[in-house]
Amino acid sequence: MKRLRARFSGRGLVVALPYLWLLLFFVAPFVIVLKISFSEVDLAIPPYKPLFSWYAEHALAIRLNFNNYAFLFTDKLYADAFLNSVKVALVSTILCLLIGYPMAYGMARARPRTRNVLLLLVVLPFWTSQLLRVYAWIGLLKANGVVNNVLIRLGVIHNPLALLYTPFAMYVGIVYSYLPFVILPLYANIEKMDWQLIEAAEDLGCRPWQAFYKITLPLSRNGILAGSMLVFIPAVCEFVIPTLLGGPNSLMIGRILWDEFFSNRAWPVASAVAILMLLLLVPFMMWYQSIQARETAGPSG
Amino acid sequence: MNRRNSVFVLSCLAFGYAFLYIPIMSMVVFSFNASKLVTVWDTANSPTLKWFYALLCDDEILGAAWISLKIALINATGSVILGVLAGYGLARFPKFRGRASLNAMTTAPLVMPEVITGLSLLLLFVALEQETGWPAGRGVGTMIMSHMTFSMAYVTVVLRSRLATFDLSLEEAAMDLGARPVKVFFLITLPIILPAILSGWLLAFTLSWDYLVISSFTSGPGSSTLPMVIYSKVRLGVSPEVNALATLTIGAVTIIVVGVSLWMARANRLAQAP
Repeated sequence: MKRLRARFSGRGLVVALPYLWLLLFFVAPFVIVLKISFSEVDLAIPPYKPLFSWYAEHALAIRLNFNNYAFLFTDKLYADAFLNSVKVALVSTILCLLIGYPMAYGMARARPRTRNVLLLLVVLPFWTSQLLRVYAWIGLLKANGVVNNVLIRLGVIHNPLALLYTPFAMYVGIVYSYLPFVILPLYANIEKMDWQLIEAAEDLGCRPWQAFYKITLPLSRNGILAGSMLVFIPAVCEFVIPTLLGGPNSLMIGRILWDEFFSNRAWPVASAVAILMLLLLVPFMMWYQSIQARETAGPSG
Repeated sequence: MNRRNSVFVLSCLAFGYAFLYIPIMSMVVFSFNASKLVTVWDTANSPTLKWFYALLCDDEILGAAWISLKIALINATGSVILGVLAGYGLARFPKFRGRASLNAMTTAPLVMPEVITGLSLLLLFVALEQETGWPAGRGVGTMIMSHMTFSMAYVTVVLRSRLATFDLSLEEAAMDLGARPVKVFFLITLPIILPAILSGWLLAFTLSWDYLVISSFTSGPGSSTLPMVIYSKVRLGVSPEVNALATLTIGAVTIIVVGVSLWMARANRLAQAP
């Protein structure tokens, strides 16, 4: 009895509240999305009732309707959007790594005092509103924006370039927004590295580039993977950046979901899109979790 | 150990920081431009504070900022409570039923794309209302619940990593001297993890202040948050008032982040002193 009370009053209570909260607000919603993705699209009914009209009709019959999924697979628009989103996310991830890796490396090798300042300068944009930082690029890239004005002033071009509302602008926006997410895990990883290994390699006649390729790069594998996941996963579903910088025709799956939901009011189709996105991303999320578990277990264990 | 960086690495650093800061700086500079075109400098009348004044007179923005502030404050406090409980449980109890699932549920929101979570939460609220009548309609309440679900995950990570590097002998000493676990927590653990709680609170506040997609899905009529209003303004191009707002945001973030980092560095030095 005493033991039972201790279990319920102490530990149980501590974790019960967050546990139940996440069960209700994080897990349950996915079950509902899954359920609605199998319901019928009904365009005639008012915005708030559509979901449950089918539920009342077939209250006892479990009728799965695969039409939403069939629709997504037959309409070329969705397949194209899916492929394009994966491509955009992949290219953005590579660009982030190419810019972020040397930065993280340079930060980790700077003097402690400089290092703290450099770290703070990476963290600051991260705390500033992402929406406002994306907005900044509208001012830079528009027809009479900063980039065009500077290029015209320098005499490089005579007529403004069409930069805004292009795939280029979208890539710039995504790389810009997610760069801190790739620098921070990389920095945390490289900073822990044993530099004596490099010195030893160089003493034994390794060229700096060789030492980097053979030692630093493999050792920072977890940082590279963690940073890539933090860019790739959200970038696949990005909605704000394609809409603000990519223009009305940018074909991204996050935008399609939004439009299906808000403009077409096709909630079951939007749910099916969400389920397919999840199926695509869950392996990457689990991968990220296992990397994180390894990273946190490493130093303390 | 601290070997010099090569010219290549140094130029990468310079390029990277220029890339990070030129857009932010340009936003700030042009917020003082008198021209409505924002990026075409009006030499005759600039610099000016007129867009800051216009911002203060814009009831739509002020109203939305007030709603965002309310949500962010409640969200940050709620997230810290949930996050401290979850972080403490995960860091201190090596074995309990549901540990693995709690672990997964607190890390998954960190990488869950906003469009998926926004959609699923809205469908949850609609279904709940249909079945139980609660929550009646959507608005500030449903937005707070949605924000808390995601920002508590961040607080959990912060708290958990702080507790992982915690000197357990302090707690054990207090327990050996007869203090009950609750007392140990409030007298020993809480004061030591207070800086982590503060940074968790600030993180939750900032996240909530920024959530656009989740808020758009879970808000109701008449409860537009600041990011939602900004988004509808900038969808059609630049707006000088948004530049002014950006300057204020960047100023506030810089002061708070630099201030807190200095304070934490000092606290760490004091903690490490013998």
